[in-house]
Amino acid sequence: MKILVPVKRVPDPATTIRVLPDGSGIATDNVKWVINPFDEIAIEEALRIKEKQGAGQVILISIGQQAWQEQLRTGLAMGADRAILVRTETPLDPLAIARVIAKVASDEQPGLVIIGKQAIDDDSNQVGQMIAEFLGWPQATFASKLELAGEKCTVVREADGGLETVAFALPAVITTDLRLNEPRYASLPGIMKARKKPLLDITAESLGVDLAPKLKIRKLTAPAKRQAGRKVASVEELVAVLHTEAKVI
Amino acid sequence: MGDVIVFVEHRGGHFPKTTLIGINAGLELAAKRGGSCSAVVAGEGADTVAAEVAKYGVAKVIVLEEPRLAHYLADAAAQALAVLVKSTGAETVLATATALGKDLMPRLAARLNVPMASEIIAINDDGTFVRPMYAGNVLATVELEGPVRIVTVRGTAFDAAKPAAAVAPIERVAATLDPAGLKMEFVAFNEIKSDRPELTEARIVVSGGRGLKSGENFKSVLEPLVDEMGAAMGASRAAVDAGFVPNDLQVGQTGKVVAPELYVAVGISGAIQHLAGMKDSKTIVAINKDEEAPIFSVADFGLVADLFKAVPEMVEAMKKVKH
Ligand SMILES: Cc1cc2nc3c(=O)[nH]c(=O)nc-3n(C[C@H](O)[C@H](O)[C@H](O)COP(=O)(O)OP(=O)(O)OC[C@H]3O[C@@H](n4cnc5c(N)ncnc54)[C@H](O)[C@@H]3O)c2cc1C
Ligand SMILES: Nc1ncnc2c1ncn2[C@@H]1O[C@H](COP(=O)(O)O)[C@@H](O)[C@H]1O
Repeated sequence: MKILVPVKRVPDPATTIRVLPDGSGIATDNVKWVINPFDEIAIEEALRIKEKQGAGQVILISIGQQAWQEQLRTGLAMGADRAILVRTETPLDPLAIARVIAKVASDEQPGLVIIGKQAIDDDSNQVGQMIAEFLGWPQATFASKLELAGEKCTVVREADGGLETVAFALPAVITTDLRLNEPRYASLPGIMKARKKPLLDITAESLGVDLAPKLKIRKLTAPAKRQAGRKVASVEELVAVLHTEAKVI
Repeated sequence: MGDVIVFVEHRGGHFPKTTLIGINAGLELAAKRGGSCSAVVAGEGADTVAAEVAKYGVAKVIVLEEPRLAHYLADAAAQALAVLVKSTGAETVLATATALGKDLMPRLAARLNVPMASEIIAINDDGTFVRPMYAGNVLATVELEGPVRIVTVRGTAFDAAKPAAAVAPIERVAATLDPAGLKMEFVAFNEIKSDRPELTEARIVVSGGRGLKSGENFKSVLEPLVDEMGAAMGASRAAVDAGFVPNDLQVGQTGKVVAPELYVAVGISGAIQHLAGMKDSKTIVAINKDEEAPIFSVADFGLVADLFKAVPEMVEAMKKVKH
């Protein structure tokens, strides 16, 4: 089975993000770029399915600039088979990203699209669900467990107040939550092999889908900073100030 | 023009407080756009919910009737809603950013081929929205271009709707579904039962982190404080990943966002992903043995102490305050 895994290049989660003074974007000097952590989980899950089935192909896809090759190579080094870089110089909105991925999925015909539940830069949590709708496929978001038996897929999802189980026949879209697995690191031999794996470079325009952004970011600002309070010396003092000063207990 | 439809989430006839928050945001948006705000309910128990929701100031409550909507599933719900949205000519469809809202609304957006803004925290007079990005380190003003706009609202950013003088009429609409597009099957819901308040609704939240060291310690050390304070329990990702407590207690960028009157962080370092989920709490208390821990930079009151000594002491001190 083919499995398609979207990969987004994002700032390392440990980076302190600063808004540019004119509000046009974020400062990118000193930013270390990594694979979106949820996408690493998606790659890992795809690799495990392939390993378990003893056959198949894990295909990575990024919609971004030349530099995104770096993250695709890392994914290939983890063990993915090949990658597609859909080149665009202007950032797209989630709707257009989903259209591009859905188009590639309809060409490649994977059994599964496994995708991060959210990109930790825009925090949108949209693309997976949109792909599922564009393709007319079932979706299981926020997956913490996935079981495949032939064409049937059963997924345990992290819902509010408990765990929900849904089932459906493939093909389908699964979005990953943190507890699905622990991604592996790329091994040294993996890194060597990755250099020779195919990385297809195409333009977004060549896919013939609507790319015009409909979600427009007008400006970015930094949120008001919370003032640090003070240290208290003891539990007695803490409880006293909560009672008499903050009046919350 | 400017009409808003709010999707009402419920489970078997009971709805969480977050539903009333969505309704209030919908009312605010409709007022700013010169339109009216309707609520839409589907599924088992929809009639009970509709009767209740009708009291909160909406212009109308629509009950979507169709047996296959009994149990929420994204593909069926998106289909049914899309038809309704087109027939009503609503400008915006809104839901609270709960696990269900996040699951459904992007699918609806794609079905209508229109853009969506996730987890908005403010509605501007000019029709733009404000939403956090980068774990809350950036606020973006966004505009949605399309015949219809889809938004989810962050529960902590709006108040709950209050009962209004008039009770809204309830309208029944038979949903039209294309069976070919229904591919999902509901298997089970394993509810994590708790007698404590709901994390996103509680006035006080006490959260534990890796500093607690074990699930056993969550029970024997943290829970007495949680219960003495009448609080909901939360946790950091590290505590959840280590299996100390269930997943749905995770507070943060990728877990739940809370803003109670009092948030007590115990043995939590204060990584930006955790802060993203609690820094809008009214009063923040941190108990940590490391005085350099970043959590102290957002805490109103910080106590540098070993939690295994401080927390039992606090339980005793709380008893005295109460009596
Ligand atoms: C993609 C991504 C998403 C994430 N999403 C979230 C999220 O939603 N929520 C979240 O919380 N995190 C999230 N994280 C993880 C986050 O980066 C931190 O790793 C995590 O919050 C740390 O949890 P912690 O504070 O419990 O553990 P640690 O950072 O290990 O801190 C433990 C603290 O306990 C203190 N301590 C230890 N022993 C004692 C004692 N006896 N008495 C008092 N204090 C003690 C220590 O001084 C330390 O400060 C995410 C990370 C990534 C990469
Ligand atoms: N430019 C992109 N290229 C590839 N995948 C993307 C891109 N943007 C978003 N995604 C995928 O969509 C998921 C959800 O992102 P979002 O809906 O933006 O929060 C991410 O985890 C990625 O896997």
